[in-house]
Amino acid sequence: MSNEPLLVLDKVCKSFGRIQVINNVTVEVHAGKVSVLLGENGAGKSTLIKMIAGVHPPDGGRILLDGEQVKIPDTKASEALGIATIHQELNLVPSMTIAENITLGRVPRRFGIINRKEMRRIACAALDLIGLQLHVDTKVSELGLAQQQLVEIAKALSLDARVLILDEPTAALTTAEIHQLFEVVRGLKAKGVGMVFISHHLDEIAEIGDFVNVLRDGQFIATVPADTDENELVRLMVGREIDEQFPRVRSEVADTALLSVKGLGTSMLSDINFEVRPGEVVALAGLMGAGRTELIRCIAGADAYQTGSVSVAGSRLAGNDVAAATRAGIGHVPEDRKTQGLVLDASVAENIGFATMASTSRFGLVDQKGQRERAENVAERLRIRMGSIDQPIRSLSGGNQQKAVFGRWFTAGSKVLLLDEPTRGVDVGAKVEIYELINEITSSGGCVLMASSELPEVLGMSDRVLVMSQGRIAGELETGEATQDAIMQLAVSNVHRENEVGNN
Amino acid sequence: MSSVATTQKSFDFKAFLANNGALVGLVVLCLALFIATPRFLTGPNLMNIGIQVSTIAVMAFGLTFVIVAAGIDLSVGSVAALSAMVSSYWVTTSGLPDGFSIVIGLLVGAACGWVTGAMSAFGKLPTFIASLAMLTIVRGLTLVISDGRPIATGDSVSFLGSDLGVIPVPIIVLVLSALVAGFVLNYTVIGKNAFAVGGNTEAARLSGIPVKRVLVTVFVISGIFSALSGMILAGRLDSAQPTLASGYELDAIAAVVIGGASLSGGVGRISGTLIGALVLAVIRNGLNLLAVSAFWQQVVIGLVIAIAVGFDVFRRKNVRH
Repeated sequence: MSNEPLLVLDKVCKSFGRIQVINNVTVEVHAGKVSVLLGENGAGKSTLIKMIAGVHPPDGGRILLDGEQVKIPDTKASEALGIATIHQELNLVPSMTIAENITLGRVPRRFGIINRKEMRRIACAALDLIGLQLHVDTKVSELGLAQQQLVEIAKALSLDARVLILDEPTAALTTAEIHQLFEVVRGLKAKGVGMVFISHHLDEIAEIGDFVNVLRDGQFIATVPADTDENELVRLMVGREIDEQFPRVRSEVADTALLSVKGLGTSMLSDINFEVRPGEVVALAGLMGAGRTELIRCIAGADAYQTGSVSVAGSRLAGNDVAAATRAGIGHVPEDRKTQGLVLDASVAENIGFATMASTSRFGLVDQKGQRERAENVAERLRIRMGSIDQPIRSLSGGNQQKAVFGRWFTAGSKVLLLDEPTRGVDVGAKVEIYELINEITSSGGCVLMASSELPEVLGMSDRVLVMSQGRIAGELETGEATQDAIMQLAVSNVHRENEVGNN
Repeated sequence: MSSVATTQKSFDFKAFLANNGALVGLVVLCLALFIATPRFLTGPNLMNIGIQVSTIAVMAFGLTFVIVAAGIDLSVGSVAALSAMVSSYWVTTSGLPDGFSIVIGLLVGAACGWVTGAMSAFGKLPTFIASLAMLTIVRGLTLVISDGRPIATGDSVSFLGSDLGVIPVPIIVLVLSALVAGFVLNYTVIGKNAFAVGGNTEAARLSGIPVKRVLVTVFVISGIFSALSGMILAGRLDSAQPTLASGYELDAIAAVVIGGASLSGGVGRISGTLIGALVLAVIRNGLNLLAVSAFWQQVVIGLVIAIAVGFDVFRRKNVRH
């Protein structure tokens, strides 16, 4: 009985136009088990999920639920079969309460009027399913991302979902939040819910998964137990050995500071002082909300600061002026490339060229030929994989899109690179390529300030670590002496002190 | 192998159709009218269409910049009226030199655009609201200056509405405006910046593009083209009416949108806008020739806008997948 899979994708295929994105893939989901989908971006994970969710029905093969063939032509059908998908972009209405969101589309009514009491009851029952303790009249916009995700899971379960698909649920969560999520997932396993889990983090797979289905280029490669060695997983996924996940090559560090921040303060940040010298990679670590992104944005000129100063090579920058920062040699790779880094409908060449368009123009005319040549050169150097430099950047994979944002600053000759979560949503192969870009910057006399939530990345790719906590720099560690524990201790340090003060 | 080569080389008619829906529509429309009435394809009628197109199209060229930058400018009709009125006032009422009157009109348009742009860039008003306010303010100023009465235009502005030999001057102005607008939109930093800001404001800002300045600039451009359009219109009548170009903003927006621009920004072409304006003018002209009542004409125009944009949305959806 328990060996019978709940849901089976049996030799499914899918092509868009002439391109076959899924070729003969078989995946099983078992009740009470977590089935991991592993593969680089573009391997076909999303398409596979969309088949189950009814967004892209397969054009070959079968889908079996409880051993019977089913058709899932649209999302409604998927929902009716007890399949729920938690996408990266959450499907909640922020301005509505938890109760309203959970009962959205099936609002309990009495005499045509909304039955608030019943609505709250349904919502409370749903939250109980996953042991989430929140008031159901709270607006969703007041919740953190992790809690929103849990609310969405509760909503799915209250619709009697038996198959839960989690599409990179941990991508934007802090370590503590991931723990909370995994507790819920373990609870659901015990309840017999079958789950499909997608993540780029190999350590999470071992922690929560039962078995791993590896995909590469739309092909099914293997199903292996979740405790398979990480290097083996990477080899299966990439199809070749990756020598080193973090190929940091130290550069000679000069004495004089290239970037120096003195006494910088805003409503979020206070008294930030540090320097970054040529050849150095300095990581900014800390919990979510510690002020890493805010600090990076202030230095980049994207946001204003009230006190202090930012200087590049000794000359002070005007605050809140991206153009001035750019001229001084700062390049900013923002946190979210889709909403902050790229104009998705514009071409690869245009996206690469934004920072140099004005400076290379003559009499207000864009240097079209030069811009194109520069973009082509940098795309080749950064090995951006694409059909043509003129194709919309939307059609590139996440890693290649991210490389294009780097390419913009390489073209502009930036010496100070501010990286905010530079490898978020980027697959393993492209990650290593991005790390190699970081090495290239430092070896040519530039410096890097990198905010990252991934501690292995922080430890693997930086020379020094600044740990932030509650808008301050809580401490500094040489990467040699830094450990994940030491960083976490500093990251929560101010929190403890203030709690003690609060308790006294 | 060979089939791939031939499909790439041969003219992809379906793709052409999908990418140039408005143009195809225009051609079909013209053919239909050519068959339906002998009066359509005559020199005088075509000149007539050309003149009608010129005012809407010139206004819509400027508006294209604003829409590409993800804004909207509802004040174009009012700005056209104020510019024509001030330039006429300058010559006729104040007796100042006629040689400057067109420049004065253009400056008024630019100033109005600057105010709208500044309201939205620095005052953080949505462009819809800022330009809606300007629509009323500027129309009011036009009435104040004219005291509600028409003012005769000066010789320069009248020239804009006259004929040069057999060619009407508005058509010459239309062609020149299209060339200038197309050039600025596609080859200058101003134009490319407008696309970047409209495509993704935050990404443009973080790349060092001065978003606020871009926003003000596109409104100034819109104001200048509106002013030119207003002076052509006044020149045809040899007088600036206080109600001049009232309601034209809707036709101008329709022309830009039929031409394939996206109201969410980042997409738009001057050639498309020209075709959009031609579609509107040819339909009006055709319905007039076929003696369809003015009331029904409005219904038809509305349907055409809905169909044209619906077609475009449908096409985009299919391209994505």
